[in-house]
Amino acid sequence: MYVAVKGGERAIDAAHEWLAEERRGDAAVPELTVPQIREQMALAVNRVMAEGSLYDPDLAALAIKQARGDLIEAIFLIRAYRTTLPRLGHSAPVDTGAMRCDRRISATFKDVPGGQVLGPTFDYTHRLLDFALEAEGEAPRAREAEPRREPTPRVTEFLNKDGLIQDEPRTDATPPDMTREPMEYPAGRPLRLQALTRGDEGFVLGMAYSTQRGYGRNHPFVGELRIGAVEVEMEVPELGFPVCIGELTLTECETVNQFAGSKLEPAQFTRGYGLVFGQTERKAISMALVDRALRWEELGEENIGAPAQDEEFVLAHSDNIQGTGFLEHIKLPHYVDFQSELELVRKMRAEALGTAKFKEAAE
Amino acid sequence: MTDQAYNFAYLDEQTKRMIRRALLKALAVPGYQVPFASREMPMPYGWGTGGVQVTAACLTPEDRLKVIDQGADDTTNAVSIRKFFERTAEVETTEHTAEATVIQTRHRIPEQPLEEGQILVYQVPIPEPLRFLEPRETETRKMHALEEYGLMHVKLYEDIAHNGAISTAYAYPVKVEGRYVMDPSPIPKFDNPKLESAAIQLFGAGREQRIYALPPHTKVVSLDFEDHPFEASKADHDCDLCGCGSSYLDEVITDDAGGRMFVCSDTDFCATRQAEGHRGALSPQEEYA
Repeated sequence: MYVAVKGGERAIDAAHEWLAEERRGDAAVPELTVPQIREQMALAVNRVMAEGSLYDPDLAALAIKQARGDLIEAIFLIRAYRTTLPRLGHSAPVDTGAMRCDRRISATFKDVPGGQVLGPTFDYTHRLLDFALEAEGEAPRAREAEPRREPTPRVTEFLNKDGLIQDEPRTDATPPDMTREPMEYPAGRPLRLQALTRGDEGFVLGMAYSTQRGYGRNHPFVGELRIGAVEVEMEVPELGFPVCIGELTLTECETVNQFAGSKLEPAQFTRGYGLVFGQTERKAISMALVDRALRWEELGEENIGAPAQDEEFVLAHSDNIQGTGFLEHIKLPHYVDFQSELELVRKMRAEALGTAKFKEAAE
Repeated sequence: MTDQAYNFAYLDEQTKRMIRRALLKALAVPGYQVPFASREMPMPYGWGTGGVQVTAACLTPEDRLKVIDQGADDTTNAVSIRKFFERTAEVETTEHTAEATVIQTRHRIPEQPLEEGQILVYQVPIPEPLRFLEPRETETRKMHALEEYGLMHVKLYEDIAHNGAISTAYAYPVKVEGRYVMDPSPIPKFDNPKLESAAIQLFGAGREQRIYALPPHTKVVSLDFEDHPFEASKADHDCDLCGCGSSYLDEVITDDAGGRMFVCSDTDFCATRQAEGHRGALSPQEEYA
């Protein structure tokens, strides 16, 4: 006998209780603290800050703990929090030229002023599981060197001096804000870069990878990749001059891409640009490749119909919070729609079978 | 999280003002999709964020809110959204259609005709009726601007050519006041005639950043052909609990031997009828005593 589906509310409460218990896991194992996550899961924290569009390592660590390590869920928590924050003002553009670099490499020159600095990278580690990490040991200490005091010059500027790379026009126009205005296409480069920097790492990586495999190839070289701290300055009206209000760690990638030139312009290198919160170089490099692919029109290249060249396709599908929400909403009840389809299919089948019988009888 | 940390109905007043402007524009141009700067909400995209934002922008402390999903007040997501507004707006809630001033819905229009002064808010997944014919927003906006709906008619025609019938059972496209083709959200086509209503109908698509609306008594025509007229179909049964022969029915599988029953999808409508003494074929016998 049919029993009315009551009790949704009790079921939800019970599910939340169970979730909280599962989140804690075996109570005999010590609980993770937020500072532990912030310090020891720093790259997860960085990803949550980048795609959550909120630079706050403590909140990101808390979100990771609350989300049981599901980073997209953690990003969602941060986004939902961020959207409630008041906007007190705007910072001045950060000067990545003045970055205190922890890592800075160029793939286009053997050596460059400012030097090649590997920094804390996985790059040349052998991916062998380190079973020593299963045991608690002393905190490892790295050797130290004198930090560089002066600003590190940009590799692309060396090329620019000779006119070998296309110049980026400077503008003081206020960029549009994708979190405050509905997206309209064509979006233009500032909006594209905003969407890419908060876009899903996996999606942006996949798009970038597709360009490397020939779907909108643009021959990228990593002109420069730098990771480090920059100061955030803000103009305070009462003071009349910018004051430093804090620091961010950023990853910046500038790619140097080949460009054949045209009848009007001699051959020149072009650029792709990636800038992401935290140490997030896979994302920053991917972003630069996708940015470059999306610039086909402005650079007079052919659109070969590659997905990474399609601004609307890339931007409309790069956000993992939108994507995961819509994907997972199909878990919600749809039985009214399904019933409607059921009736239609039954009716169409009945009519088709009726016609077949009629034909048989006539033959 | 302290609830006091948030504004009435969660959204800040600036955001509500932005949404209300979009709503007014939508009401002024019925069926036209107005872009709005949808905010990230504390529930996932695709779970009613557009409807929730529209409801939040409409609610006043005196309102009485009803939330339904699939026609039912007690489906989990309806419960969750109702709780959200109980918590952030502290408005009264109700399950009775007639008592509600604002009704947020997903996939259904209540059976009881709505009246002037009521607002029906729809949750919309894909606001663009032309989306599955043309995936590009840049193109579909142009098609609406030029009133270029040939593609839609070709699609409906091809349905008939292939299947003998228009094979759209829900989210059945309509033309509003002879101008815009509109997606009525995934309501079953049975509900389409109810789109001509005395109530204000507002449609919110959060992820897609669009709002559209039907002012009271707007002309809404389901697309069809003279020789294949639109038909608001439903299961050919009466409700097994209240005996109603004209309401939209859910088919409920009752055992693993093909047993099934049909019940009103609108739970308030069905419960009200049962309270009035109406009985269906499978109503519990003891209630007659």
